[in-house]
Amino acid sequence: MSELIINYADSGEEMTLNMGPQHPSTHGVIRFIVKTDGEIMSSAEPDVGYLHRAIEHIAEKCTYEGFMPYTDRVDYVCAMTANHAWAAAVEKLAGLEVPPRGEWLRIISDELDRISSHCIALGAMAMDIGAITPFPYALREREYINDLLEMLCGNRLTYNYHRVGGVGWDMPEGWRDKVLRFLDHFEPTIDEFNRLITNNDIFVARLANMAPITGSDAIAYGLGGPNLRASGIDYDLRRDAPYSLYSQVKFNVPVGSGQMGAVGDSWDRFWCRVEEWRESVKITRQALDAIEATPKGEFWIHPKKLKPKGDAMARVEAARGEMSCYVVGDGSANAFRARFRTGSFNAMQVIREKSKGLMVADLVALIASLDVVAPEIDR
Amino acid sequence: MDPRAIFDRVAAQFGDAVHDYKPGVVGNDKTNKGFINRDNEFKCKAERLLEVMTFLRDDPELRMDFLMCVTGVDYIKEKTLQSVYHLFSYPLRHQICVKVDLPRDKPEVPSVVGIWITADWNEREQYDLLGIIYTGHPDLRRLLMPDDWAGHPMRKDYKEAEMYRDMPTSRYSPLEMLSVYDKAHVQVSTDPNVPGGRKAGLTPGPEETND
Repeated sequence: MSELIINYADSGEEMTLNMGPQHPSTHGVIRFIVKTDGEIMSSAEPDVGYLHRAIEHIAEKCTYEGFMPYTDRVDYVCAMTANHAWAAAVEKLAGLEVPPRGEWLRIISDELDRISSHCIALGAMAMDIGAITPFPYALREREYINDLLEMLCGNRLTYNYHRVGGVGWDMPEGWRDKVLRFLDHFEPTIDEFNRLITNNDIFVARLANMAPITGSDAIAYGLGGPNLRASGIDYDLRRDAPYSLYSQVKFNVPVGSGQMGAVGDSWDRFWCRVEEWRESVKITRQALDAIEATPKGEFWIHPKKLKPKGDAMARVEAARGEMSCYVVGDGSANAFRARFRTGSFNAMQVIREKSKGLMVADLVALIASLDVVAPEIDR
Repeated sequence: MDPRAIFDRVAAQFGDAVHDYKPGVVGNDKTNKGFINRDNEFKCKAERLLEVMTFLRDDPELRMDFLMCVTGVDYIKEKTLQSVYHLFSYPLRHQICVKVDLPRDKPEVPSVVGIWITADWNEREQYDLLGIIYTGHPDLRRLLMPDDWAGHPMRKDYKEAEMYRDMPTSRYSPLEMLSVYDKAHVQVSTDPNVPGGRKAGLTPGPEETND
């Protein structure tokens, strides 16, 4: 048998493998057509579209506010930022103001959901390369956040919380203390998580120097968020092009520096997300302080006669990169055209390029390290 | 750099290939009934797009190294397909939007894949959904829809074919069936072609069970 395998490899023939669409480590329904000689891939061509639900087309069929629940489905792992992108774009288009309490509630919900999204990303990445334990550790924290967000808006996954002009509900009585208690509990678990997996020798050896993406490549391919910062580009929309009230909070932007290997390798991408947990905790604390000074109940200015005419583009820092929403209005109650620019869509193009010469098992790690989520690609 | 200065710099180089600079409007102005653009933008002629885009990326004072997204918009009343490019510069932190108007019957525009690699899938998606032909694109295939799909679904005049590979592409709406039944209080039609007919396979109404 071993002879056969060696002969096969000697002949230099390539084998074409289908990975997906229902492969557990492709994080959704994505198919890769992998050309491989033994373990070494010569290409991995992504085939997407299995989750295409024509969300942009649905936007043309319902009102600006009626479209909000659909934005949850653009990225169901971090639905809050997709809500925010749509709300921000429509507000910019119609020239609307949002009351401060609404903005702070948006920031708090965004950051909580970012923590929860990174929990999935990091836990699943560790599991994809064979470490089972971190996954339940990360999901345990995510459950707390799901509970908190359920108290806030009634939903655990697809929130439908933001509104054009504010947010749907004020925070319930005692919710602020519960969030603070969660943050007190969560901060030490970041160190626990680092001891458990991030600085684990086997884990570092597996990921350091794997599929590094240089800064210029990251920009050329349009990566965003933690993937971009891991490549050494110091840019965060929340700090550098502040939307909402992000200009009033102070936080650091973790940037990959190749601590364990090359700049922008898979370990850097992992580390950036871990550090973003800390920053999200900081931002949430500041927002919870600031929200005390805002009058209760003023969280939403209901827009009357929302019939804008024109076009606008709003950029929001989502968990998997910049999410921009471009809206065109034609003076009716429905959008004329809506377009979501998402992080995963652009990350997929990098996978095709960076998979050349990688091992098949590394492809799994590369997909996970870019935190690709299928609904965001296909929309 | 100030967006107006960006436009002036490009216009000084390319003359009337770029035109119609509009500064982004902020705030709610009820008196303005026209089309209000909220981002700084200018228009570019399709045949000179490549030169302009290369200049935008390479000029040391512009350095637009990041193509945020490519969007197609079908302005059916104006008989125009528009290809919209949102550009951003990481080193200089400025942003501009470039629009290219294309005739709806021959929507061809040069591909910018050679300038920004991220345009590859963006253009494929817009070709797939809106049928804008990006000439010079190395691999202009459908991205999201199946390869043998007919038509471009995001066009405003798109009509979905009734069948795709012998599968019906629509079904009767249960709500429509209810309203037919409620209004009439008459026997539900047994004609499978009528909305609310038996074909839809819902529980038969009382009239039918009495037979």
